[in-house]
Amino acid sequence: MKFIIAIIKPFKLDEVREALGGLGVAGMTVSEVKGFGRQKGQTEIYRGAEYSVNMLPKVKLEIATSDELMPKVVETIQQTASTESIGDGKIFVLDLESTTRIRTGETNETAL
Amino acid sequence: MNKILKYGAAGLAALAAGAMPAFAQEAAEAAPAVANPGNNAWMMTSTVLVLAMILPGLALFYGGLTRSKNMLSTMTQIGATAALAMIVWVIWGYSTAFGPEGNAFFSWGNLFLAGTTPDSTAATFSDEVISEYVFISFQMTFAAITAALILGATAERMKFSAVMVFVPIWLTIVYFPIAHMVWGGGGLILDWGALDFAGGTVVHINAGVSGLVLAYLLGKRKGYPTEPMPPHSLTLTMVGTGLLWVGWFGFNAGSELEADGFAGLAMINTFVATAAAALAWMVTEKLAGQKPSALGFCSGVIAGLVAVTPAAGNSGPMGALVLGIVSAVVCYFAVAKLKNAMGYDDSLDAFGIHGVGGIVGAIGTGIVYSPALGGPGDPADFVMGAQVWIQIKAVVVAIVWAGVGTAIAGFIAKILTGLRVSEQTEIEGLDISEHGERAYN
Repeated sequence: MKFIIAIIKPFKLDEVREALGGLGVAGMTVSEVKGFGRQKGQTEIYRGAEYSVNMLPKVKLEIATSDELMPKVVETIQQTASTESIGDGKIFVLDLESTTRIRTGETNETAL
Repeated sequence: MNKILKYGAAGLAALAAGAMPAFAQEAAEAAPAVANPGNNAWMMTSTVLVLAMILPGLALFYGGLTRSKNMLSTMTQIGATAALAMIVWVIWGYSTAFGPEGNAFFSWGNLFLAGTTPDSTAATFSDEVISEYVFISFQMTFAAITAALILGATAERMKFSAVMVFVPIWLTIVYFPIAHMVWGGGGLILDWGALDFAGGTVVHINAGVSGLVLAYLLGKRKGYPTEPMPPHSLTLTMVGTGLLWVGWFGFNAGSELEADGFAGLAMINTFVATAAAALAWMVTEKLAGQKPSALGFCSGVIAGLVAVTPAAGNSGPMGALVLGIVSAVVCYFAVAKLKNAMGYDDSLDAFGIHGVGGIVGAIGTGIVYSPALGGPGDPADFVMGAQVWIQIKAVVVAIVWAGVGTAIAGFIAKILTGLRVSEQTEIEGLDISEHGERAYN
């Protein structure tokens, strides 16, 4: 099993979710996060007081998948979340040791 | 038509109503002075419009500009200050500003409103009268908002207890005397012939300068100016700005004390100057290489309203338009450049907009009053240079009086309460430390 963490632009969330639903991804966890990468922050000015904001808002997706489905999920996220400009985000893939469904106690592939 | 003489009449009428019951009785036998219901209704409406400027208008305007940890502190200080000012006003404030007996600086003789009854009247600027209780209420809201305006300069670091000690002392030694000097019968500045239709000097210069002095006494907020302190909700600031603009029609057009043509003039000027200033602030931002911003719009609205306050019934609409533009540009430089250069921490720009805009308005009123510029000055005897000189003298007296009085009141508050919250309180935020609540859960 694999664990996929994807950081994407917030406005791309719905599009990505729909595309992944089509692939048969059964669930994901979404959080609003802040961070920085190559994209430069913005400058905010309030009555002449300038603040540079170097942490930008992004959305983080966490998805557990089977080994077979993982490449398709990564590819789909990459293609739907891309705007071909800096700040589009990154996708990380980790090995996943175990999964347990809390309701039934099922484990691993059957719990996905 | 001269607005100064009209205000003098108001003061004298209040005087007659309170001090000379025998005279009033005779007058009543001859021709009973009854408040005109139309004018009375307009003044009752104006009075509650000014209340809406304070709560929720000013509370939201200032609250949105603070950080979220100080939202409730800012709004609670404004609410409690207004409430305290109302109580002080009926006990000794009205008597000290508009009492039946007095000199050039203050008055006396109507403590606890003892001399006022439902039959008492206050003269307007013609031979009409309004209910004295309505006049007292209307003027009460002015005292309340002026004290509350100061809190913009002291936000995010002044103790609640210090505010509660400072406000009654400040009202007594600063606001009541200045209100008497500008509007009361026999007042120093009134007798000079200074023009202040709705309180540019009494309210805005006074509050702005007092805020600046108190900001110096308090010192800068921890982390200012290196840490970012962006406004936590410009949405609420925009809501507050809208309420202030709406309420300001009571403030300005209500200051005519009648629902007549000059109230109409004050009304249109309160639209025109404000609209011009809102746009002018955003244009200035653009010319300074920035983006036209929401806060710029709100700041422009307030700068325009402040500047047109003394000019509301003392200017033609085109004069008000120019006055609004000038005020916005000057206030922009005061808050964006002057504040940084001088290094004071006027948290929400009470001085930068109310003080500076008030000065622009007070002096500008001496110019736009000119009949040659469409103002209501008398073409036969209006001399612009002389009028501007009177306006400048009034501004200087207000600045010095407010500065010295605030230093005294602030010093007393400092001895009694310590004035400023502890560093720990400031870091945690005044909401949780001073009030035990959070604005947002």
